[in-house]
Amino acid sequence: MTNVPELAALYRKMQLIRRVEEEAARAYAQGKIGGFLHLYIGQEAIAVGADAALRPTDYALTTYRDHGLALARGMSARALMAELFGKATGACQGLGGSMHVFDAERRMLGGYGIVGGHLPLATGTAFASKYRGDGGVTICFFGEGSVPIGEFHEAMTLASLWKLPIVFVCENNGYAMGTPIDRVLPVHEVTSHAVSYGIPSDRFVVECVREVVTRIGAAVERARTESTPTLVECLTYRFRGHSMSDPGKYRTSEEVEAHKRRDPLVRARAELVAERGEAAAAAIDAEIEAEVADAVAFSDTSPEPTADVLEPTTYAGPFAR
Amino acid sequence: MQMTTMRLREALRAAMVEEMERDPEVFLLGEEVGHYQGAYKVTEGMLARFGARRVIDTPIAESGFAGLAIGAAMVGMRPIVEFMTWNFSAVAFDQIINNAAKLRQMSGGQLKVPIVFRAPNGSARQVGSQHSHAMEHFYAHVPGLKCIAPATPADAYGMLKTAIRDDDPVLLFESETLYSLSGDVPDDPSFTVPFGVARVAREGKDVSLISYSRAVHTCLEAAEQLAKAGVDAEVIDLRSLRPLDEAALVAAVSKTHRAVVVHEGWPYGGVGAELVDRVQRLAFDQLDAPVLRVCFLDVPMPYNAALERLVIPQVDRVIEAVKSVTYAR
Ligand SMILES: Cc1ncc(C[n+]2csc(CCOP(=O)(O)OP(=O)(O)O)c2C)c(N)n1
Repeated sequence: MTNVPELAALYRKMQLIRRVEEEAARAYAQGKIGGFLHLYIGQEAIAVGADAALRPTDYALTTYRDHGLALARGMSARALMAELFGKATGACQGLGGSMHVFDAERRMLGGYGIVGGHLPLATGTAFASKYRGDGGVTICFFGEGSVPIGEFHEAMTLASLWKLPIVFVCENNGYAMGTPIDRVLPVHEVTSHAVSYGIPSDRFVVECVREVVTRIGAAVERARTESTPTLVECLTYRFRGHSMSDPGKYRTSEEVEAHKRRDPLVRARAELVAERGEAAAAAIDAEIEAEVADAVAFSDTSPEPTADVLEPTTYAGPFAR
Repeated sequence: MQMTTMRLREALRAAMVEEMERDPEVFLLGEEVGHYQGAYKVTEGMLARFGARRVIDTPIAESGFAGLAIGAAMVGMRPIVEFMTWNFSAVAFDQIINNAAKLRQMSGGQLKVPIVFRAPNGSARQVGSQHSHAMEHFYAHVPGLKCIAPATPADAYGMLKTAIRDDDPVLLFESETLYSLSGDVPDDPSFTVPFGVARVAREGKDVSLISYSRAVHTCLEAAEQLAKAGVDAEVIDLRSLRPLDEAALVAAVSKTHRAVVVHEGWPYGGVGAELVDRVQRLAFDQLDAPVLRVCFLDVPMPYNAALERLVIPQVDRVIEAVKSVTYAR
């Protein structure tokens, strides 16, 4: 059984993600962040719960909706926020931006912009772990929108065929941009695909972060001890638009509000209060506020990257053009 | 001619709507083209007008739906495929280059593929390296494909109509940055713009700025500034990359004797290299200076706004190149 960390630690990370992203949304409105900004608000329990089931040396990859996983893996709010601000002090020197957050040291192997494109990559990191026999596991997150694309099926095939130590986590938030699941998936249960690839699966509604730890933990254990891939489907909901430019007309405010009433973050806090008292939760909240304010101030005052980063981040050495 | 002022996205829509009304075999498919009204609102209202049989929301399965459309075209239908952006066409690259481009020749001329692929292309604003590709350079390489990249609402309208009526695969490269550009469009449903005919966007005698799509507007701005410095720049809007208007290139260079090619996308092996080849080969004696190119810098697109500006062709880089070919410094 996976060891479940203290609820305080899980709540702390969830709250950090929530508050960093709320401030990111504000900064976006102020023009400090550009391009696409996809918020993870509502889905935090998944990245946080999954990370708790991993070792620091395990690999993790996800989509463009990547801030939550980066923070869950231990990236500082400063490094993330500065990246969103495009600053030299950001996780990727301001070159990647919101959709492409990497932290190689913490085995956060990125956010990817092309739907489905990172699933085969994740089989590659799992392959490397198996080849080297280092006991490492790869976890790969994606939305249900990537299920129709070829790479999903190719990655499942390879992972199953070669028994790779990988956990595929489909974060099924019901919508791919403005498209509800019933218009694009002939079979709504994503885990039904596990049958045809001959791999185990698990499917559950994400309400409780501790449950995420144990459910995904079981799949991680299976990957680590038996080198067997698992397809996990987390039923979840994003509270904000697909990205900042999405007016979200495809769903009613009643629907969104109903989901907000089942916010796993609110539940985690309530459980924490029940276990440790309001003061304990409030203390965490206060710490987070300070951390987030610091991250914004840090990002505001950080320098911009300069043109001399462009060449060395294109090729390893001098290169004739 | 009677004109209506409209935005470029409306001009594209008008072309599709008119052609769909004219020909029941024309249909539209892509991600979010229907219920969502288009990721960039190009297809707004079209689902209500034509219904889900002809305005089809697809799953995220570019290779699948591009292939499906090519298959339908192979038996005579006239699909319009909207990619959310051209970047995502990379997933369907195989279908486009191995099927759409090849079927006519492989079948010994028995089959045709009358299909249109269209999408915004090139850089937008700070959308990072995976979302900023200028994909026309990849596709213009391929015989069997036609590649067009208009810069004005009238051309977008007229060329999309030509594309839909064309019996070969046509790839239309749009720009998110131009969708809200307003311009006059002829009020005539029979108006079309032929492929392979460039347009003089601005007359001038000292230097030719040769460009297409978004970069035409960069060139026009540069020409304004150059005029203040006493340099009279001509701006050639190619509109069509394949087929290419060689005569227009020769005419321009024969007049100005100096040329700067400006486009998004990298210099290496790009459309600009092709243009330079034509100019030096067909008008060698006319040249008073080497032809220069102003393109993306040869690096993946950075997210940071200032660096992105540096990588994308800007007015000042065009002016620098003009100074160089006119030996003005
Ligand atoms: C191959 C490809 N096609 C289209 C897009 C544009 N796009 C970006 S996100 C998205 C929806 C994805 O939805 P889902 O997989 O459910 O993930 P979510 O955004 O809900 O987390 C689309 C269509 C893309 N990035 N890549």
